[in-house]
Amino acid sequence: MSTQKTTYSIPVGPIHPALKEPVMFEFEIDGERIVDAQVYLGHVHRTVEWSATRRNPVQILYLAERICGICSYCHPMSFALAVERAAGIEVPERAEYLRVIQAELERICSHILWAGVAAHEIGFDSVLFLSWQMREKALDMTEYLCGNRVTKAITMIGGVRRDITKDMFPVINEGLKFFKDNFEKLRKIYLDDKTFKLRSQNCGILTKEDALKLCAVGPTARASGVKKDVRIDQPYFAFEELDFDYVTPDVLTGEVNGDVYDRIIVRLLEVKQSIDLIEQCVRHISGIPEGEIVAEPKVNKLLVQLKKVEGEGVGRMEAPRGEVIHYVKMVGQESPYSWKVRAPTYNNILPWIPMLKGEQIADIPIVAASTDPCMSCTNRVGIVQDGKKSELTGEDLHRLSVEKTRRLM
Amino acid sequence: MKFSMIPQVLGQMFKKPFTNKFPAKYAPGNVTGFLNDVGAGKAAIIPPVETPPKFRGKIQYDKEKCIGCKLCIKVCPTGAIEFKPEDKKIKIYLSRCCFCSQCNDICPVQCLSMSKEFLLADTDKYSKDLIVE
Repeated sequence: MSTQKTTYSIPVGPIHPALKEPVMFEFEIDGERIVDAQVYLGHVHRTVEWSATRRNPVQILYLAERICGICSYCHPMSFALAVERAAGIEVPERAEYLRVIQAELERICSHILWAGVAAHEIGFDSVLFLSWQMREKALDMTEYLCGNRVTKAITMIGGVRRDITKDMFPVINEGLKFFKDNFEKLRKIYLDDKTFKLRSQNCGILTKEDALKLCAVGPTARASGVKKDVRIDQPYFAFEELDFDYVTPDVLTGEVNGDVYDRIIVRLLEVKQSIDLIEQCVRHISGIPEGEIVAEPKVNKLLVQLKKVEGEGVGRMEAPRGEVIHYVKMVGQESPYSWKVRAPTYNNILPWIPMLKGEQIADIPIVAASTDPCMSCTNRVGIVQDGKKSELTGEDLHRLSVEKTRRLM
Repeated sequence: MKFSMIPQVLGQMFKKPFTNKFPAKYAPGNVTGFLNDVGAGKAAIIPPVETPPKFRGKIQYDKEKCIGCKLCIKVCPTGAIEFKPEDKKIKIYLSRCCFCSQCNDICPVQCLSMSKEFLLADTDKYSKDLIVE
């Protein structure tokens, strides 16, 4: 009888009904500890980009909106940026500020949603409900400004579709006041509570070198101390005229660890930054006379103009999860010749490997969730051990995570 | 602080629940029966949350104004609009509509508008309620 210990592997994914982006993981496990992790990408092909070559740019805006439900603003907007660059369309000044307001509102929504999901992953469900109560207010504001809660349909090539008039300011100011009042509550719970500290400090560490090497983007990279933000590095919209800075965890704690706790800090501080940016924009637009919010108000004229465009354009934007890039090539036809989308999650998947190495199985949910809310991949895990197959469902994994929190308390 | 959520959770016990209990306090076992009761005045419906102004709900179509220019068909992202060549009017299938209101923007005679109606669930995608003409 051999007493030698062997590692065993856990495949995760690639297909699951709740999965947003099918991705496959293979973990090498030694007891409870993860020795090695492998990621396999490229299981999804929705032909979104191909469909675009049979539509006109105005129709693609709504197709781009459906790439992601949480980033339903930054995808059509960065497509619009790419087309504007290819066609040389100048956006009116007022529209630039309105675009910033929508972008920051989306960031607040997305980060609070993520914070709730992260709390749920470690079994702290009362915080999930508290943060989603705040998110509800953000969604109500979105509905008030755009006409619907999730699919905003506010983007138009050369501007935005809806103006924010003076009579709408009271509702916006009231919403911002609500965020500010509740932000302190949220900050205390996330950053000072013992439960969060136990589960997130020194867990899922991504060093600055790894973050640079693996091209992490957005809050994931900033939490590792990489000063990288498209809004500041290559300003678009009206970000050039606004006063804000990179959010890295050392702003608050004075040190950068690159762990899950740091990623919580970065996201929470970004919520505060976004509230501040919206306030600045509201101040700015009240100084600009109402009127032009789109370069070409007649959509049929715009379509005729875009039909003649020959050239290519790249649209870059800082989405809530990181940098999103859209590439468009137009060849003087009704539909673009080619359209390529690179969503931020794609970059943030590889950093999972160094983060997960050395952690326990029960840490997979919170570490994976710490880069991105797309975490459904861990909802079903199949374990193959000694040729016998057993299955670890999302509930089991969640139970393990909750048990670990209780053990630590 | 060790249990910073406790004051919050205890305070919540004395507050009204956040959820709007639409359409009734307890989910009716038979929705059709419940709606018949509401129609007969035997039961009351709890109204849904108020929609904001400029909400994008079910499309309304003013057939008289329409000139049959087909511009809405050109911009509709889902292909939900069909042209009827015999009387030069359009037919909108709401089961395909994505409520972007782009057709409203491009219409030169403003014959399309968005209403506040959003309760459009149906078992038949070609039901009378889901086709606007």
